[in-house]
Amino acid sequence: MAQTGLEVRQLYSERDDRVLFAELCFTLSAGDVLQIAGPNGSGKTSLLRILAGLSSRYQGDILWHNHSLEQQRADYLQQLLYIGHGAGIKAALSPLENLRWSCALRGLPADDNPIRSALAKVGLRGFEEQACYSLSAGQQRRVNLARLFCIPAQLWILDEPFTAIDQRGVAEIEQWISDFANTGGAILLTTHHRLMINRPLRIIELGER
Amino acid sequence: MSIWTTFHKWGSPRWFYQFSGRLLPWLGGLSLLLLIGGAVWGLALVPPDYKQGNSFRIIYVHVPASAVAMGAYMMMAIAGAIHLIWRMKLAAMVMKAIAPIGASLTFLALLTGAVWGKPTWGTWWVWDARITSVLILFFLYLGVIALHQAFENREAAAKACAVLVIVGAVNIPIIYWSVEWWYSLHQPASIRFIGESSIHPTMLRPLMATMSGMYLFFAWAMLLFTRTEILDRERNTRWVQDIVCSGDKKPESRSVL
Amino acid sequence: MALVSLALAVLRRDLLAAARRGSEWSNPLVFFVMVCALFPLGIGPEPQRLAELAPGILWVVALLASLLASDTVFRSDYDDATLEQMLLSHQALYPQVIAKTLAHWLLSGLPLSLLSPLLGVLLHLPAAGMLALMASLALGSAVLSFIGAIGAALTVGLRKGGLLLSLIILPLYIPVLIFGSSAVKTAVDGGPFLPQLAMLGVFFLIALALAPLAIAGALRISVDQ
Repeated sequence: MAQTGLEVRQLYSERDDRVLFAELCFTLSAGDVLQIAGPNGSGKTSLLRILAGLSSRYQGDILWHNHSLEQQRADYLQQLLYIGHGAGIKAALSPLENLRWSCALRGLPADDNPIRSALAKVGLRGFEEQACYSLSAGQQRRVNLARLFCIPAQLWILDEPFTAIDQRGVAEIEQWISDFANTGGAILLTTHHRLMINRPLRIIELGER
Repeated sequence: MSIWTTFHKWGSPRWFYQFSGRLLPWLGGLSLLLLIGGAVWGLALVPPDYKQGNSFRIIYVHVPASAVAMGAYMMMAIAGAIHLIWRMKLAAMVMKAIAPIGASLTFLALLTGAVWGKPTWGTWWVWDARITSVLILFFLYLGVIALHQAFENREAAAKACAVLVIVGAVNIPIIYWSVEWWYSLHQPASIRFIGESSIHPTMLRPLMATMSGMYLFFAWAMLLFTRTEILDRERNTRWVQDIVCSGDKKPESRSVL
Repeated sequence: MALVSLALAVLRRDLLAAARRGSEWSNPLVFFVMVCALFPLGIGPEPQRLAELAPGILWVVALLASLLASDTVFRSDYDDATLEQMLLSHQALYPQVIAKTLAHWLLSGLPLSLLSPLLGVLLHLPAAGMLALMASLALGSAVLSFIGAIGAALTVGLRKGGLLLSLIILPLYIPVLIFGSSAVKTAVDGGPFLPQLAMLGVFFLIALALAPLAIAGALRISVDQ
């Protein structure tokens, strides 16, 4: 039995007097892949932002390793990698410069080798020094996703990771997700795409009330 | 433990609504009494000033308005801090309620200052240290109101305003002191007619009356605005709907309208 | 040590991004020059009158230029969601915010102060006031950067931030304006201007200690909407 990482109890959130979700309960342990599904406006992104600690607009408890998020905040953030649906990169900078900054924020030693191999892994070998605005939308997305491979974490929260990604890329990302779960990572993601992964997949449907 | 229960009780909008409903008529009545009484006393019974004649009598509006406007900003900052630290929603409502009242009082202080300035200095406006400070206080109030209106989300608006109000409160002593210093540097040959200590006791007593009347008026208006905000925010709750539906029968909700 | 290297990384990245874009940091400088050039046209070319008004004009316009620049401190980070990464770092926000404000000052306040003697000459500011002008602008604009960053952090999540930003921070600029322009005026009159500079230094220390707290809090609020 894997150790419980994230536990959500009786989560409730509303937006403009409209209840997004209520009495939401789930746990996420090492190796779990949990997909949040639901129509547009059902609160998927809001839920992920709440769980990432970016939003405080909720009632209920969020526990990380059996302690409330507020007590564990620094530890939780150190283990969390959140990729929202914003660009996450500065267009004026090169992929290498962007990731150097991202790694520095995480307190990682200034070393280009893991960054270069992460960029190679997302298929951007040869683009390391090129300014990001000259890359395609899919490539820019990949720069952002390269953070998955140069920043160690236990929990990935991915908001629509497949946006702007081509078909082969989708399969690659699914593979990355499986690999990460196999090595003991926990993943929480939203997507409208039907996930094809060789791991048991749990789905929580929002907006069905 | 008991302090915390009191604190939480105070933090409950419903409890506050009911409690303030009982307080309102007393505050309103007393402030009306003091304001009218102080005004009649100050305008009709106090002898005219030997230098300024009758024009000094505007002091009975001007000084209370500026004093309360200043105190209101500090109170707003305290409410903002309580909201940020203990996440008490009621404090955010109080903070929001104070802003327009404080701004109006500051404007009243500026207006009466100008009216007072015309007969004493011969001009509507002088860049006197105190008037300038009140003007800046007015700007600070306007900034808070503008910021609150710009947010669509109520919680974010309250928190952002709380930060701004606290920043303003930290700055106010610095601003006031800077303006004093600036004024002392450029001291024009103006008449400094009233030092704080030289005011005669017969003039002071009605001032005390209007001053406390103004404070009570502020408290009354603040409670009134806060109650409106409570009803708006809690409109989906049962107790508010009960009050609104049976509004004609309940005496305490009538005093709001 | 970790915090210092974090701050350095943020500083390096901001300077690099600004260097690549260019116009963002040069615009306030151009604004400074243009508005200063408007004053002789508005109040007449007599050197004597211009010289008398120059300290005030230069300081007010520099303040407006700084105000204009402060809207950009967090704007692009908010738009491209890199601000979220800053907030989600397990390391403190404090050094990041200081580094960002410092970068902003290096790109707005410092060039403004270096450029100011040129405009002093245009407005016939006596030579005795030049050093005071540069020094007071350099120090004062650092305080303005911190205050401006508070306003920018509060309004970054709003679509119509620009004018609102000036409404909320202009009153807070006033002490800096008073002591900055007074330093220049005193220097022109041949008096000692160090006391005024010292006051600006005090404001700077207060801003350095307290403003980052407000900025960090405001950023969290702006992202949480």
